[in-house]
Amino acid sequence: MLRFSTWKFFAIVAMTVAAVLVVAPSMLSPSHYEELKSRLPSWLTPPTIVLGLDLQGGSHVTLEVDQADLISTQVKNLRDDVRRILREEKVAISGGIGTTTRGVQVRVADPADREKVLPKLRLLRNSFSGALLGGPSPLDVEASPDGVIRVTVTDAGITDKSRKAVEQSIEVIRRRVDALGTREPSIQRQGDDRVLVQVPGLQDPETLKEILGKTAKLEFRLVADPGQNPSEIEELDQVDQEGKLGVEKQVMVKGEDLTDAQPGFDQQRSGEPVVNFRFNIRGAQAFGEVTSKNVGRLFAIILDNKIISAPRILTPITGGSGQISGRFTVEQANNLAILLRAGALPAKLNIVEERTVGPGLGQDSIDAGKRAAYVGAGLVVVYMLVTYGVFGVFANLALFVHIAFIFAGLVLLGSTLTLPGIAGIVLTIGMAVDSNVLIYERIREENHAGRSILASLDAGFTRAFATIVDSNVTMFVAAAILYFLGSGPVRGFAVSLALGILTTIVTAVTMTRMMIAVWYHYARPTKLPI
Amino acid sequence: MKLLRLAPENTKFPFMRFRRVSYPFSALLSLIAVALFVFKGMNFGIDFAGGTVIELRAKSGAAEVGTLRTLGEGLQLGDIEVQAFGNPADATLRFGLQPGGDVAQQAAVERVRGAVGGYYDLRRVEVVGPRVSNELVQSGTLGVVLSIIAVLTYLWFRFEWQFAIGAVIATMHDLLLTVGFFSITQLEFNTTSIAAILTIVGYSLNETVVVLDRIRENMRKYKKLPTAQMVDMSINAVLPRTIMTATTVMLALFALVAFGGQVIRSFSVAMIWGIFVATYSSIFICSPMLIYLGLRNEDADKAAQKHETERKADTVAAREEFTEEPVSAPPKSTPAPARKTSGKRAKTRPA
Repeated sequence: MLRFSTWKFFAIVAMTVAAVLVVAPSMLSPSHYEELKSRLPSWLTPPTIVLGLDLQGGSHVTLEVDQADLISTQVKNLRDDVRRILREEKVAISGGIGTTTRGVQVRVADPADREKVLPKLRLLRNSFSGALLGGPSPLDVEASPDGVIRVTVTDAGITDKSRKAVEQSIEVIRRRVDALGTREPSIQRQGDDRVLVQVPGLQDPETLKEILGKTAKLEFRLVADPGQNPSEIEELDQVDQEGKLGVEKQVMVKGEDLTDAQPGFDQQRSGEPVVNFRFNIRGAQAFGEVTSKNVGRLFAIILDNKIISAPRILTPITGGSGQISGRFTVEQANNLAILLRAGALPAKLNIVEERTVGPGLGQDSIDAGKRAAYVGAGLVVVYMLVTYGVFGVFANLALFVHIAFIFAGLVLLGSTLTLPGIAGIVLTIGMAVDSNVLIYERIREENHAGRSILASLDAGFTRAFATIVDSNVTMFVAAAILYFLGSGPVRGFAVSLALGILTTIVTAVTMTRMMIAVWYHYARPTKLPI
Repeated sequence: MKLLRLAPENTKFPFMRFRRVSYPFSALLSLIAVALFVFKGMNFGIDFAGGTVIELRAKSGAAEVGTLRTLGEGLQLGDIEVQAFGNPADATLRFGLQPGGDVAQQAAVERVRGAVGGYYDLRRVEVVGPRVSNELVQSGTLGVVLSIIAVLTYLWFRFEWQFAIGAVIATMHDLLLTVGFFSITQLEFNTTSIAAILTIVGYSLNETVVVLDRIRENMRKYKKLPTAQMVDMSINAVLPRTIMTATTVMLALFALVAFGGQVIRSFSVAMIWGIFVATYSSIFICSPMLIYLGLRNEDADKAAQKHETERKADTVAAREEFTEEPVSAPPKSTPAPARKTSGKRAKTRPA
């Protein structure tokens, strides 16, 4: 009991000092921390505790690929591809190209033509999804004897597209969120069809949602002339006017060919906010071609299937740049420019989960958590003192180091402190002394049974240790499962709890034992003070 | 210095005698808990039920719950729940899933913002869609089940099987009563409540293990003592620590209830109940189970039965003293490592 190796002593003291040093910066006010940071070299700059969104305020948004939209986009692309192939092969069809929920179907006028197009259509599989090596085919191409050809997207194709859509979306979302100028956003994929976006300290979560919720698919299509084949026409809503407007189904120029988009003001006319855009070479060429051939017609600018405006083509526009006007406010023009610059999402994303905490509430939660921790710790400290006297002092010192260890662990792991995390720490304050109580009660018991002081102390520690290990392992298992299955704040709770359990062994057992050994050495008690 | 002692010293409560009361009592409570769960149900928060919670703070003055309710009903969002809490300027709005899916949910938040945004700040907005809430239910249930299985496995390896069964039955009991508690109080049940439940499971096992550890130790030490008496003796020995620890944890939890804020209040309240139940079950549910499961001491138990019949004839139920073997002089050479081998021996002995 008395023999306590010097290295152990210094190891514990060193760990305690290190823990306090690691935690200290987090306790500073932000301005003091910045000052400290500016004076220290970067490798010595202490990290601070990362506060969860529930404490610092911010938005947590889970987006999910809209399957229906994804499928309809794929079907549309498929229809364009099929039309292109039919044109290239000069195959006449009877009726238009029909779309079903999962694909397109077309009837070739001369059944003999089927053989000309079928191989080409089958080749679409590769371009539809290049990465599927030997996997199930993303497309089914079948032809019935009466000349009807069906091309359908399979389940495998949808899953694959969905996964790719998430990957692309992450890039697009990152560009959009960065353009908002927020700090340290986190954008992660979740499962096959979800993206988790976390933006801490956001003042206006509405802008975030607005920017995330838009697909930003930009298309230029000609407004239909009266008397055009109805199967080639689509009726779309208009943003600034009541009623629908019929436009051709064929997309002349796509937003993908944009190289830049900037908000600006209309120089010639009203001076209202507009978005100026610029095309790449392919876009400029296509745009020039269409505008040259269709002078006098209306050219619709379509964003997410809504017509923003449909100006008349007065002269061919060959310079590769243009302007979108649509009675925008300055902010709307700005947001639209951000969306166009960042590119379109491959499919619509729906918000399936949103948790937004205002910065004020976050601060309130921190204050409440601190108050609870101080009061809880104070009560426990006093209670231990009045129950165990000098041994209570040791337990309280161990408790202090224990809490320092937990915070140091949080800092070093880069783990996030959440509100339930604070609750976990407060609970740990109550639980932490359990090990000391076990030891002390055992010491008392052994002493009452007639053992000498030294033998009682020794037996108390040795025997309680097995119990402490057993009981803490069970608690640790619960914490580990919470960590692996929980999400966000609950994870934070699990981390605090697990850290608390691990450090208990060091603080409550080894450290207390050391203090008692030192105390015994100097006090030479004749009677156990508990 | 006179030190405070909450637990009386050297107690000799015959805990095991209560098993004839505690088992029917706990069985009844468990049945009530199940009935409450089935018929009354839980107040599922939006994590599990899906829906929207918006926390508001009035820009000036106090929140007007009545006005908010009328406004909310005007928006036609289904059942809308308006509650005031804590600070008079604060209120929460809660409404369920909207027909029309995730898009409609977001649109509903917009409508609320439009209606109240002039007078209130939206301090917290949480929207959970139906698929997400389903997944949360699944992972929550899985978590509780997995943790019980994991702990059962650990105890099985570490102790005799009777201990593991006793501990799991005690844990299930605590779980049921906690669920019943959530049902009867209609505290909001959300993911944080799952954390509370898992912590209660952990604490319950922690308590049980402390008692079981002592029983196992005494089982080896007092081979001739009847099981019931030996268990009583073990519980009495750890009683001071049980009371001490429960008190410190309660102190911490009461601090959380009083000062921790609204969001974790239901967590803390549930934990308080859980600690209470866990302490009870480790003594009155788990330990007697060892007797029913026929834990060792056959010879001693036979003798005790004989003794019991003799004693019944007696008009005075004499308090039993633990005199079988002196407590004062346990052989000094029974440290922890020796225990493991004797544990194996105890295991292989025919039941």
